[in-house]
Amino acid sequence: MALRILVCVKRVPAPGARITLTADHSAIDVKNLGFTTSPHEECAVEEAIRLVERHGGEATVLTLGAAEAEEQLRYAISVGVVKAVHVSHPSLIGESDWDPQATAAALADTIASIEAADGAFDLILFGNESADAGGFQVGVRVARKLGRPIVNGIKSITVSSGDGGAVTAQRESTSGFEVYNLRLPAVLGVKEGLNLPRYPTLPGRLKSKKAEVAAIVAEPVAGGLLTESFDNAAELVVQTTMLGTGEDAAPAIVDLIERLGLL
Amino acid sequence: MSEVLAIFEHDRGVAAETSYQSLGFARALLAAGVGSSITAVVIGAEADALAHDLGAYGASSVVLVHHAELTDYAPEAWGEAVAELIALRSPAAVVATGTDRGNEVLAYASAIADLPFAANVTEIRSVGEASLDLTRVRWGGSLLEQSKLVAASYVLSAAAHVFDGDPSPDHIGATAATESVDATLPSTAARTRITDRVTLSSGITLTTAAVVVSGGRGVGSAEGFAPLVELADLLGGAVGCSRVVTNNGWRPHSDQVGQTGKRIAPELYIACGISGAIQHWVGMMASKHVLAINTDGEANMVGKAEYAVIGDLHKILPAVSAEIRKRRTQ
Ligand SMILES: Cc1cc2nc3c(=O)[nH]c(=O)nc-3n(C[C@H](O)[C@H](O)[C@H](O)COP(=O)(O)OP(=O)(O)OC[C@H]3O[C@@H](n4cnc5c(N)ncnc54)[C@H](O)[C@@H]3O)c2cc1C
Ligand SMILES: Nc1ncnc2c1ncn2[C@@H]1O[C@H](COP(=O)(O)O)[C@@H](O)[C@H]1O
Repeated sequence: MALRILVCVKRVPAPGARITLTADHSAIDVKNLGFTTSPHEECAVEEAIRLVERHGGEATVLTLGAAEAEEQLRYAISVGVVKAVHVSHPSLIGESDWDPQATAAALADTIASIEAADGAFDLILFGNESADAGGFQVGVRVARKLGRPIVNGIKSITVSSGDGGAVTAQRESTSGFEVYNLRLPAVLGVKEGLNLPRYPTLPGRLKSKKAEVAAIVAEPVAGGLLTESFDNAAELVVQTTMLGTGEDAAPAIVDLIERLGLL
Repeated sequence: MSEVLAIFEHDRGVAAETSYQSLGFARALLAAGVGSSITAVVIGAEADALAHDLGAYGASSVVLVHHAELTDYAPEAWGEAVAELIALRSPAAVVATGTDRGNEVLAYASAIADLPFAANVTEIRSVGEASLDLTRVRWGGSLLEQSKLVAASYVLSAAAHVFDGDPSPDHIGATAATESVDATLPSTAARTRITDRVTLSSGITLTTAAVVVSGGRGVGSAEGFAPLVELADLLGGAVGCSRVVTNNGWRPHSDQVGQTGKRIAPELYIACGISGAIQHWVGMMASKHVLAINTDGEANMVGKAEYAVIGDLHKILPAVSAEIRKRRTQ
C-alpha cells in the first residue's frame, strides 16, 4: 500500500563543548553556531523516505519556527522528502519557541488542514523529544488532538498492508525490546539509532533549492509553561592529572586501573 | 485536602530504583508548599503488592488502579487512567519520575486533561497562587531552564536521579491506607498495548560495565576500534563511542554515549579520540573517574577529565593492553 507519511522536525542550534548564553540569559548565544535538525527527527525523516521507497507513496515534512527553519525543510527535501510545510508567526524569530501546548495546537491544526485538502496521513512521525527544549510531549499532544494512537521511543518500524494497514514498532527496554502493534493511521515518536540517515546527493541539493515550501501562518493558543531564562548546569572544576605522553604512559595508565581496583 | 499524586512506575509488578524518586519529588513539592499529602498511584493489579511499603516513602495513601486493559504497560491506557484521577480528585499536582514511561504517561495524561506539563524538573523555586516557578533541564541535562507553570493541577516529571529515592526519614514505620479504584477506560485505550517482548542476551553491557573504553572520531575507522575492543575485553568492560562514530557506521548506535545515546556511570570512562562536546559529556559525566586520551592537549575532554594522556590512541592503547598482559603473567 502506498503510504502518506508526515514528519515533524525542529531546527536547533548545534553547540560545541559548552552552551554559551546571551548576557541576559534569555537565550543561547548562537552567533558562532551551526544549526541542525534534532537527531531523533533526522532519523524520522530517513525512516519516512525508506518506508516510501519500500511501499510507495510520499513523505512530507513540517516545521513550526522562524524563517530560518526553512533550511531544515530543504535539507529533508534534499534527502528525499517531496513536500514541505512551514508554519510561522511574527513572534517566532531566532531561537524563540512556543509553549508545547501552542506548538502542538498549531501543528495539529496544520495537519488537519493538509489532510482535508490532500487526504489523511497513514503515519506521522515525531522525535521522541526535541534536542533543545526536551519537552517530551508535542507528539503526544498532536496525536491526541487528531484522535490517533502514539507510542514514543521507537527504534524499529515495520508497516504491513493487510486489514487496512498496521505498524509494528519496537522500543528498547532494560532487557531487550517491547513490541507494539498499531492500526493505521498512527503516530510514532522515534529515537536516533532507528536507522543511519543518508547524506544529500548533489541532484537532491539542487532539487531542494528549487522546491516550493508551503507557508502557513498560525496563531498561538495560550499555554501554561512559560520559559523565563536559562542557566548553565553547574560544572565541576577538575584538576586534570597528566599521566604522560604517548605509549610511554602505558605503565602509568595500568597503575591507575590497578589503583581503582579494576585490573 | 489537596494531594500530590505520585505515579509509581513498575513493569509487570516489578519496580525500578528510579520508581521511588517520584515519591521523593512529591515530598519536595510538599516541602515547597504544593499540596498537603501524598497519594501514590499504582496502576494495574499485577503491582498491588508494591503498595505495602510506600508509606515509608511519605505516601499517606495508595490508590490501586484496576482495569482489564491495565495488566501490562500501555501508554494510552495508563495516561487515560491518570487523567481520570485528575478529573475525579483535582489534585494539586501529579508527578512521575522522568523516565521514558514516566514522561510518556504524563504527556498523555496532560494532553487528555488539557493541562500544561513540565518534564524533567530539578527544583521548585517558589510557589504562587496558581503558578509554580521551577527549574527543569533542557539539552539532555546541559542547560537549566527557569520557567513558570500556570495550571489548576501541576503535571511534573522529576529529572532522574535528582530527587531522593530512599525511604523518608520522617516516615519510618509509617503505613499508607490503600484504596482500589476501577478505571473506566475508553475503548481506544487498548490501542497502544505491548503485544510482545524480545529479550536480548544480557552479559556485560554498556550501561552496567565498570570500565568503558570509548572512541570518537580520532579512532578513524571501524577497524580502528580493534585496540579499544581488546582493552575492554581484557578489563571485562564494554566499548562506547561518540555520535560521529555511529554516524560514520563504525559502531552500532547501541554503543553511543550522550544526549541521544546512552547515559552511563562506570567506575572508569576512558575517552579515546573524543573531543568532549557537551552532548557527549552529558552521557558520561556521571562516571566516577575519567581518563582522556587525545592528541590535542587543548581538547575539552582533556580539560574536564580527572586523568589525561596526550598522544595517539593507536599507539597508546596497544601498549596498555601489552602492559596488562605482562603484569598478569608475572
Ligand atoms: C542535538 C545533538 C545531539 C547530540 N547527541 C550526541 C550524543 O548523544 N553523543 C555524542 O557523542 N555526540 C552527540 N552529538 C554530537 C556532538 O555535538 C559532537 O559532534 C560529537 O560528540 C563529536 O564526536 P567526537 O568527539 O568523536 O569528534 P570530534 O569532535 O571531531 O573530536 C575528535 C577528537 O579526536 C582527537 N584525535 C584525533 N586523532 C586522534 C588520535 N589518533 N589519537 C587520539 N586522539 C585523536 C582530536 O584531537 C579530537 O579531540 C550531538 C549533537 C547534537 C547537535
Ligand atoms: N516547532 C516544532 N516544529 C515541528 N515539530 C516540532 C516542533 N517542536 C517539537 N516538534 C516535534 O515534537 C517532538 C517532541 O518535542 P518536545 O515535546 O519539545 O520534546 C520533536 O521531536 C518534534 O518531532
